[in-house]
Amino acid sequence: MFYPAVHSPKTPPLAVTDEGAAALLRTRLPRWRPGLAAPAHSEVFASGDQASGAGLALALARDALKAAGRSGPAQEDRRQLLWVQDRAAVRLTGRPYRHGLPPELRHRLIHVEAQTPEDALFALEEGLRCRDLAFVLGEIAGNPRALDFTASRRLSLAAEKHGVPLWLVRLEAQPELSSARMRWKVAAAPSAPARWNAAAPGHPAWYAELFRARSHPHGEWSLSDDGNSLAAARPHNSPERAAAPDHVDLVRAVCGRSLAAL
Amino acid sequence: MSIWFAQFAVDRWRLSNGFRRGEGADAAPTVLIAETAHGPRIAAANDAGRAAGARAGMMLADARTLCPAIAVAPSDPAGDLAFLEKLALWAQRWGPWSALDPPDGLVVDVTAVAHLFGGERRLIADARAAIAARDLNARLAIAPTAGAAWALAHYGPDGAILGPDNDAAMRLAELPVAALRLDPDVLTVLRRLGLKRLGELGGVGRDALQRRFRNRKSPSANPLVRMDQLLGRVPEPLLPVVPQDIPLVERRLLEPIRHRELLDQVLRDLAADMTRELEGRGEGARRLELGLWRVDGEVIIRALELSASTRDPAHICRLFGAKLDGVDAGFGIELLRLRASWVEPLALGQRDIESAAESHGTSLNACIDRLTVRLGPQAVRRPVPHASHVPERAQRWQPPLEPEPATQGELAFHQRPLKLLDRPEAIAVLYATPDGYPRSFRWRGAVREVVKVEGPERIAPEWWRERSSARLRDYYRIEDEKGRRYWIYRHGLAGDGRGDLPLWYLHGLYG
Repeated sequence: MFYPAVHSPKTPPLAVTDEGAAALLRTRLPRWRPGLAAPAHSEVFASGDQASGAGLALALARDALKAAGRSGPAQEDRRQLLWVQDRAAVRLTGRPYRHGLPPELRHRLIHVEAQTPEDALFALEEGLRCRDLAFVLGEIAGNPRALDFTASRRLSLAAEKHGVPLWLVRLEAQPELSSARMRWKVAAAPSAPARWNAAAPGHPAWYAELFRARSHPHGEWSLSDDGNSLAAARPHNSPERAAAPDHVDLVRAVCGRSLAAL
Repeated sequence: MSIWFAQFAVDRWRLSNGFRRGEGADAAPTVLIAETAHGPRIAAANDAGRAAGARAGMMLADARTLCPAIAVAPSDPAGDLAFLEKLALWAQRWGPWSALDPPDGLVVDVTAVAHLFGGERRLIADARAAIAARDLNARLAIAPTAGAAWALAHYGPDGAILGPDNDAAMRLAELPVAALRLDPDVLTVLRRLGLKRLGELGGVGRDALQRRFRNRKSPSANPLVRMDQLLGRVPEPLLPVVPQDIPLVERRLLEPIRHRELLDQVLRDLAADMTRELEGRGEGARRLELGLWRVDGEVIIRALELSASTRDPAHICRLFGAKLDGVDAGFGIELLRLRASWVEPLALGQRDIESAAESHGTSLNACIDRLTVRLGPQAVRRPVPHASHVPERAQRWQPPLEPEPATQGELAFHQRPLKLLDRPEAIAVLYATPDGYPRSFRWRGAVREVVKVEGPERIAPEWWRERSSARLRDYYRIEDEKGRRYWIYRHGLAGDGRGDLPLWYLHGLYG
C-alpha cells in the first residue's frame, strides 16, 4: 500500500494539532499484531506481585520465534535461551519452574542468577553476543542506577549486531529513558473460562499496552496465549481505560483527506 | 598373585640412599620414625635394628633404652605410596592389571597368564628374580582369590601356589586369623573367643559367628565376609591402577619477572605450548592449573575449570587474565607451570579465530565460560527434572552444559506455575473449614478476592524421606479479581493430629 509523505508538496498539510498528527501517524504506521518478527530489544513493565511480565515476554518471544521459523528452514530449533534474573527479581517473583514452562522450552533454559543489577547487565550483554542463543530474557527489579540510557543503548546495539532478541522485564519500575525498540506495559487480565471447568482459571491472559514503539503506533490489546499461539483482541474492560474504545483498526488509510470527504 | 614387600619402607630408604642390603648405614641398627602426638614412634626398623630389639610401633625412647646406639631416619608414607604405585605399574609385566594393597603390597591378576611364562612355578621364579634385581625384599603367592593369595603371601610358605583344584579351606586351615585382613580390634575379639586359626572359624557354628558380628557390615570388621572372600564365595572388587600422564608445560625463566605484561607474554607462550600438546593427543582441557614459583620459594596456584573441553589459547589466556589480577609477584617469578589435570577427548576441528568470534558472536561454550568466571559456577545453571512429586524437589539445578539425567516422561495432568518462589510465603486465607475453597486471601499486605479456583490437588509428603509428622498439602490454582493467577496450598488438614489449624502458603505464580 502506498502512503504519501506528510509534507509532500501535493497534499496540503493538515491542521497541525496534536490529535491530528497522532491520528495521521497511526494511519501511516502498520499496527502491531501477533506474528511479526521480533524487535531487537523490547521492554515489558510489570508489577512485582504477578508473573505477567515474564509470561508475556515468553509468549511474545515464542510468537516471534514461530514467525521466524515460518520463513526459515523447517527444522527443530535447538538453540538455548538465557534467562537472567537479579537477586531482587528472584525475591519478588521467584525462579523459573521447569514443569511450568512451555514444553518446547523446558530443556533449553539456562538460568543466571546475578547478585547485582551490574552483574545482570553483564550477563545480558554476554548472552546477546552469543550466536547460539534463541533469545535472551532478562528480569530486573526497580530502576537501578546501572541501567541508564547508556546501558540500554549498549544492549540494543549488541542485540542488533548479533541478531539475538532481548526481552527485558522490568518489575516495579518507572519507564525512564531507554533505547528499547518496543516498550510494553502489562497487567494480568481475567482469563476466559477453562474448557472443561468453568470455575477454573483458563489460559493466561494479559492487558498489554504498547506505549512506545519505533515502527508501530500506540495501542492496547487483550492478549491471551492458549499454548500454541498468541491471540490478540480488543480490550473490553481495561482497568484504566474502560471508557475509551480503541477504533484504530477500523480506520483505513485516508491518504491525507479527512474522513468527512469519503 | 599377591606380592608383599615385607621391608618396604626400609628398602625404599636404603635404595634412595644407595646402599646394598646390610652395607653402609644399613649395617648399623636404624629405625624410621613417624612423629606422633606422644613423641617419635618407630614406623619400621631394618634387620640390624630388629636384632637390637626395635619393633615397629614402639616409642623411640623405649628402643633407645634397649639399644642406645640406634640411628634414626624420618619415614615418608606419601613417598612410599608413590613408589608403590610405580611398582604396581611395573608389575603389570606379569598380568593385564594390578591393584594396590597399601601400605606395602600389590595384587596382580595372573588369570590365564601363567602358561606364557611356562607355568605358575616359573612365573613366581621370574617375578622373584625381577624383584631381587631391584634389591627389594618380597614374598609371593598365587591363589584363585585375592584374599587367599594375600593370606599365603603374608602367613604361608614363601612362593606358595594354591591351584584351582586344591581344597582351599584345607590348605589355609593352619593359617592364623590375622591372615583374614581384619581390623586389630576384631582380631582381639577373636583371640578372646579362642579362635586362633582359620580352621577353627569353621568349627564354630556359622550362625553363632553371624550373630556375634551382625552389626559389622565392613568386610575388614566381619570375619565371615572375609572368609567368604577368601574362599571365593562372594566377589571382592579391586581398583586397578591405570597409568595416566597429565599434559604439563613449563617455562623456566632466566630472569625472574615482576611485571604483568611479561607474565601475560609467558602465559601466552604456555597456552600455545599446551595447545600443541593437547592437539597431539586429540584432547581438550577441562581443568587447568597454573603454578607460579616465586624466587623466595612461595608457590601461587591458580585453577580454572571450563564448562566444555577446549584448547583455544586465546580463550585460556582471557580466562586466566581475570584470575591473575591479584597475584603478588614479590621479588619475581622464576618458574611457571601449566598443568591440565582433567582432560577430555576433543576431536580436531576448524580453528575459531577470535576476530571471527567478535563479528559472528561467541559460541555457547565460550559464553558460559565467561559468565561462570565472573558470576561463579553457582549462578549459571540449568533446571533438570528429578523423580519426585513434591514440587520443589521435582526440579534440580545442574551446570548448563552437562547432559540431562534420564527421566521418565512427565505427566501432564496438572498445570504447573511458570515461577516458583524459593520459599513459600505464608498467606492469611478466608475459607470454610475444614476443606472449603479459599474465598479471599491476604498476601504482601493486600487483600485479594478469589474469583476462580481449581483444586484441590493433594500432594502427600514423601514418607520415605520426611518425618512422620510432615503434613500433606492441598494445592489450589486460583485467580483473583484482577486476573492474577497463583498457586497456593493448605498445609495439612484440620484434625489430622499433626499440629494446629492448617496454615496457607503461596508457592508459585502463573504467567
